[in-house]
Amino acid sequence: MAWLQNWTDRRMEEIVADLLRAGVAVSALVVFAGACLYVVRYGHSPADYRVFQGEPSDLRNLRGIVHSARQLRSRGIIQLGLLCLIATPVARVAFSIWGFALEHDRLYMIFTGIVLVILLYSLLGSGSAF
Amino acid sequence: MNVFEFTLLVAMGAFVAGLLGSLTGLGGGVVLVPLLTIFFKVDIRYAIGASLVSVIATSSGAAAYYVKEGFSNIRIGMFLEIATTLGALGGAFLAAFVSTRALAITFGVMLLYSAYLSRKPRTQEERNLPPDKLATQLRMNGSFPSEEGIRNYNVQHVPAGFGLMFGAGALSGLLGIGSGAVKVLAMDQAMKIPFKVSTTTSNFMIGVTAAASAGVYLNRGYIDPGLSMPVMLGVLAGSMLGVHILMKAETRILRLVFSLVLVLLGGQMIYQGISGKI
Repeated sequence: MAWLQNWTDRRMEEIVADLLRAGVAVSALVVFAGACLYVVRYGHSPADYRVFQGEPSDLRNLRGIVHSARQLRSRGIIQLGLLCLIATPVARVAFSIWGFALEHDRLYMIFTGIVLVILLYSLLGSGSAF
Repeated sequence: MNVFEFTLLVAMGAFVAGLLGSLTGLGGGVVLVPLLTIFFKVDIRYAIGASLVSVIATSSGAAAYYVKEGFSNIRIGMFLEIATTLGALGGAFLAAFVSTRALAITFGVMLLYSAYLSRKPRTQEERNLPPDKLATQLRMNGSFPSEEGIRNYNVQHVPAGFGLMFGAGALSGLLGIGSGAVKVLAMDQAMKIPFKVSTTTSNFMIGVTAAASAGVYLNRGYIDPGLSMPVMLGVLAGSMLGVHILMKAETRILRLVFSLVLVLLGGQMIYQGISGKI
């Protein structure tokens, strides 16, 4: 049994690594596309981050960001890419639950489930997400 | 400075931070926040938000490299992530109530501490420890290939490690860093996990911890696309290059230089925090 667990652990880690790389690649591409648009449109306006104002509500939650990106607003597209990036480790944790299920490891399915709930709460529940 | 110049300069700074961070193994996040606040005069809350995003990018991007090494222990990682994500949520919520001056001073102390940790000689590994009851129940004990063949290890002091991980998560959420140094400390020193297993498992955990606080920061409006974009792309490119040249580079002198930079930035952050310039 031990070797079987080792083998599935190993295989799982490889799939997880591919998943993470794909998530980073997709989000970097989306951010880059938004960046090109952003620099073309706002390149000559002054940059000032001295005073903290906070982002407008359409750049704070999933619905607002998707809406803003669909209207091809450059800041919305960048934010969508960043959202993909934040979602990547969350997807990784969700995938691990499935991996532990394959191994019939109920204890670690529970642990991983707790981590997933904490992550989803932070992403969706900690503000006015929807 | 207009947006074009600002984006280019920040991207260049982030590239160097990412490169040095991955070459020295200390992470880029820890120099990014002082770089943005001291040299670019960015409000520290925006800087922390941007840094968090870049931490996720580097940790996830480097995963392929660490998996190839094959030392990480996903059970230890997943169990401890309960502590780091809870800590990260707490840290991120706390960040809204702490003044920017206190944030800057805490950050400075963290920089000095990281510099100290990076210079401290590693204590000799204790081997062949007896199995711990709780760690055995949690199936954490494992093995990894070393120069002398397959080596087994028995994990110790799970509650102490769990507590330290909560602290690591809170620091990550409060300051926008990966806090890999504290994570390695918890696994290596408290739980007596072999160093190579500790570092690779820590790298796997950093992205998940950062994601927990990044969600809160996003909802709060602390993540600005115009600032996070050059930071994320720059750090990602720098750390990817760093991982590729890691094999050939002589990192001993580099680590010394980097820890001096940490001391200087730490002193500067504390000074600016106390004098109220941040």
